[in-house]
Amino acid sequence: MKKYDAIVIGAGHNGLTTAAYLAKSGLDVLVLERNDYIGGATVSRELHPETKYSNCSYVCSLLRPEIVRDLELPKYGLQVVPYGGGVTYQRDGNYYTNYDDHDRQYREIARFSKRDANAYERYTADVLKQTRLIRPFLMRTPPDPTSFKAKDLQELAYLASKFTGLGETGMADALRFWTMSIGDFLDEYFESDIIKAHMAGGGIIGTALGVYSPGTAYVLLHHYMGDVDGSVGAWGFARGGMGAVSNALYQAFMAHGGELKTGAGVDHLIVKNNQTKGVVCENGDEYYADVVVSGLDPKRTFLDIINEEDLPEDVIKKAKNFKIRGSSGKVNIALDGLPTFNGIDPRSVKMKGDFHFIDSLERMERAYDDWKDGTWSKDPFVDLLIPTLVDPTMAPTGKHMMTVFVQYCPPKVNGEEWTDADRDAFGQTVIDQIAQYSPDFKSLIAHAEVRTPRELEKEVGLTEGNIFQGELTFDQLMFNRPFPGYAQYRGPIKGMYMCASGTHPGGGVMAAPGANAAREVLLDLKRKNVVPEGYADD
Amino acid sequence: MLDLNTVREQDLIVEPTHFTERLKPYAKTNDWFNWKGYMACNTFECEGKEYAAIRSGTGVFDICPMSKYDITGPDAMEYLNRIMTRDIAKLNVDRVTYVIWCDDNGYIQDDGTLFRLSENHYRLCSYEHAMDWLMNCAEGFDVEIKDTTRDIAALAVQGPTSFGVLEAMGLEGLENLKPFGIMRVPFKSGEIMISRTGFTGDLGYELWTTPDLAGDMFDELFEAGRLRALKPMGAIALDLARIEAGFVQAGVDFLTSEHVIRTGRQRTPLELDMEWLVDFNKPLFNGRKALLKQKEEGPRYRFVKLDVEGNKPAHNSFIFNKGKQVGTVTSAAWCPTAKTNVAFAMLEWPYGRDTDNLEAEIYFQRELGWTKVMAKCKPMKGPAFDPARKRATPPSRI
Repeated sequence: MKKYDAIVIGAGHNGLTTAAYLAKSGLDVLVLERNDYIGGATVSRELHPETKYSNCSYVCSLLRPEIVRDLELPKYGLQVVPYGGGVTYQRDGNYYTNYDDHDRQYREIARFSKRDANAYERYTADVLKQTRLIRPFLMRTPPDPTSFKAKDLQELAYLASKFTGLGETGMADALRFWTMSIGDFLDEYFESDIIKAHMAGGGIIGTALGVYSPGTAYVLLHHYMGDVDGSVGAWGFARGGMGAVSNALYQAFMAHGGELKTGAGVDHLIVKNNQTKGVVCENGDEYYADVVVSGLDPKRTFLDIINEEDLPEDVIKKAKNFKIRGSSGKVNIALDGLPTFNGIDPRSVKMKGDFHFIDSLERMERAYDDWKDGTWSKDPFVDLLIPTLVDPTMAPTGKHMMTVFVQYCPPKVNGEEWTDADRDAFGQTVIDQIAQYSPDFKSLIAHAEVRTPRELEKEVGLTEGNIFQGELTFDQLMFNRPFPGYAQYRGPIKGMYMCASGTHPGGGVMAAPGANAAREVLLDLKRKNVVPEGYADD
Repeated sequence: MLDLNTVREQDLIVEPTHFTERLKPYAKTNDWFNWKGYMACNTFECEGKEYAAIRSGTGVFDICPMSKYDITGPDAMEYLNRIMTRDIAKLNVDRVTYVIWCDDNGYIQDDGTLFRLSENHYRLCSYEHAMDWLMNCAEGFDVEIKDTTRDIAALAVQGPTSFGVLEAMGLEGLENLKPFGIMRVPFKSGEIMISRTGFTGDLGYELWTTPDLAGDMFDELFEAGRLRALKPMGAIALDLARIEAGFVQAGVDFLTSEHVIRTGRQRTPLELDMEWLVDFNKPLFNGRKALLKQKEEGPRYRFVKLDVEGNKPAHNSFIFNKGKQVGTVTSAAWCPTAKTNVAFAMLEWPYGRDTDNLEAEIYFQRELGWTKVMAKCKPMKGPAFDPARKRATPPSRI
């Protein structure tokens, strides 16, 4: 039977990145994907005729430019188109427009508070300082603070130098920022509810925490630390949907001689004498390799596809304790025409960005209360976009596609499994909220895909549908991601690795975990590194 | 300027000022730029002629985009004294002073001019938006702070014939107005406030009125200036004049501390040769403690104004001291009136101590041919241009 050099489990964007780099280094690599399609949560599927959804992730900013360039993803069709604009509605129908140019944004905030308009400049500078601290670490393996290996000491020293480089005030600010809530952070800058509500979304998206829960300020960075061609904090649409990212990675992988099988869910790893030997698929097929890289989240990796007897007890415990709570849903909608939003010129930039319909931190906290009570938010925080206004390839001309990210949505409803009726009621809650601001919206709906944590877990494989493969709280970041002692992409079994968002630097369509994991595999195999270093911020 | 709600409908990124419609016919180069969200001109016709107007006739510059804040209330003076490094108690009614203010680390937050309009009414003109900082500092003080940027129409009227122009315009009593003085003259249905201030280092005034009178003020000013070589000037001419006059520009010669992202790029007044603006006799003002500490320990940088050998402006040059790179040029220009090649430079300490052996590494290009020269630099004792007419009271009637 054929033996591969490496097997990667899961054809999500990180699995494909790891696979592409291993193949690029000359290894014989096999990717196994459970679904009949690739992409994981970076996928675009046509569920309604001629209309593509970005079914899970829907916008692009974090994807590392080093990887895009190095794997020649533009050659394989990847194009990221920047977008900007959008509005946050107040209940009274007035709204805040999120212009992406500084001058209009200043004047727009000034309509609510002149002080806030000016404070936004301080806020932007302060958040940028925090992103500058974290960005150099995205393409690096976190040091193990308890090992005394030369490499770890070196990395710790690098970490310390970046940190102390912030200066006395900067260090204090960073420590506070990593541990405080997004609500408290925003309260230090702004006085108007709607401005705070607009800014707070980035702190809770994908996170089972409220706007006043400690740790949510850091989550904001996962919405600010990316860039589109050097413009830090900017976001774009992958032309053709987020699946374009996975497809380009797939083609890069194939160009380097890779092999991929779909419909090949892995049942368990073959482990002999604490060394991985391969995998057994759900259909009984076996594939062999001394290197097996898991692109699944830490819970599924250690509690699902590795036999307990092959694992040290502490790993099982750590995997069980790993925080990966379901908190989000997604509604993707095919539209027969462009909906009208109250008070908005359909040609305006206001249509071309994120719509939010929640106007205070108080309402956001109440939305979280519903989640804690075991139900989806009755008045949810949604992040709504109509990508077809920027990327016309997603639907036939004149028709549109809408992506609606929904926070909060629990993994179970009042402690019970989701039913189809629950799912439909959840979808209706979201549609009703949007319809309050768009009178013709409901009549334009041609098809809707409603995804609760149940669907996200079942279809994508994310435990509880957690979009980040584990919460981005301080206890689960850097050398603690996924857990202490295992943050350098190596599992407890020789030849077993992790490569996805459950590892440093975490969630978002970044491809950094995948690239970092490939670098560690190549290091262990004593092969030349082919993974690029991160670009230095100047 | 438009009403904020109108702006919203128009969706303009850069909006007109109270004078844009009046200035458009003069803007032959159509060379507009974005000044804090408002339209401003780099040049109108020819920067050389506009500069010449400042030094030989009168140049007019639209200062509507400049941020303006009115501070009123019984604690106004005490409040401003807490913010500013200078002693504001010494600023009398109807007087203006140049001010800088620092954050708690002693880093310069911004610079500007402070007008005392009455006992308890001040106006601060700043480079950056300042509402947030002014409000943050207002805790515990009985003051009201209002952003009046949009409510004031203002023009800088600068040059040796500016007094003659304003007198011809019918603004009476100006002959006794001393530098940094303020007076008010009735005009149409309201009044014009005139301050003898500016950014050109020459005789000059700034005219302040309400938006409804902006058009009339502009028309009468330009009519009066027809025989006195008055013309609108763009930002390029103004920049040249301010370098010649030895004035630093925020955002160019130093960064405003709240906007700095990279550690260590902020500067203190001591590092910008601005200690004369800091009154350590005041018991408490923002940044005092940090500045006292730096005074004791020594600065990290030294800001110098240099007279550069030759006639090639030292734009963006590195400064060397006996072959070692010790600093960079922040502003540079060949100054036509003073016939001096001026460069402002930030030198690293302790290299800034020895200014006898400085050289600027200047690159210039002619027909795609690049040349590098090392030009000797001498520290300047004062501004390159400092004419007596700037201070003369009464000024010349030409």
